[in-house]
Amino acid sequence: MIHALANPTRFLKLARPLTPVLFWAGVVLALFGAWGGLTQTPADYLQKESVRILYIHVPAAWLGMGGWSGVAFASLAFLIWRHPLASIAARAIAPAGVVFAALCLITGAIWGRPTWGTWWEWDGRLTSMLLLFFVYIAYIALVRADSERGGDGRVPALFGVAGSVLLPIVRYSVVWWNTLHQGQSIGLTSSSIDGSMLWPLFFTIGGFTLLFASVVLMRMRAMLATQKVEARMRRMAAP
Amino acid sequence: MNHWVFVTAAYAVTLIGTAGLALWAWRSMRRAEVAADSLRRER
Repeated sequence: MIHALANPTRFLKLARPLTPVLFWAGVVLALFGAWGGLTQTPADYLQKESVRILYIHVPAAWLGMGGWSGVAFASLAFLIWRHPLASIAARAIAPAGVVFAALCLITGAIWGRPTWGTWWEWDGRLTSMLLLFFVYIAYIALVRADSERGGDGRVPALFGVAGSVLLPIVRYSVVWWNTLHQGQSIGLTSSSIDGSMLWPLFFTIGGFTLLFASVVLMRMRAMLATQKVEARMRRMAAP
Repeated sequence: MNHWVFVTAAYAVTLIGTAGLALWAWRSMRRAEVAADSLRRER
């Protein structure tokens, strides 16, 4: 399937109708989840109303980390199979990933103030997430420098793969170190959060994920169109 | 401490960030695709 979609024409045939579908489905799900989280769930006995930040903070964290997994996977695909579309995908994911990593840090700080009494603490989870944010920034700068120098995209791709070392550190930071950030409360099969408070989270995670996917498709379409214009310009300028 | 102030701030930041990202991505896509289409028509 990856090889079939590596053809830009085939990819665009699928991406054009899929972009608005993913976007509007994402908007509806995220808004429904936010409405549920703000009005339909009880306040926490300890964190009171501030627990409602959970419904946006967790999707932001998931997409900040998931975004880099996408960058690493697409970079690896580019290094192995040399598919230009894989390189475009990695570069398209990065801006969306860095925005969600930033949203995770900001909403986490806002949540931390009433819960912990501080906006920031240099503990394992917060610091590793901040590092991931800086890795995104470095990757975006590297991509820009590489394309300005007419590079073949291998250096940013290597950086994309190497940066994935940070993902298990973010993920297990609350296990490896004694952190102010709470431990894992949602697993694949179980959760320590009661069902009456948990259900809007599935809608916001699903909604923001679809929005993220639609933004990535928009960026990929923009890059493919720009490449087409540049190629045409080069042909026109050639003697 | 009124927790709703923090909740409102967090949701507002997320709304602005997500809407800004989507708008930027959509505008850059539209601009690039219109430029590519106009070049194709010129051929």
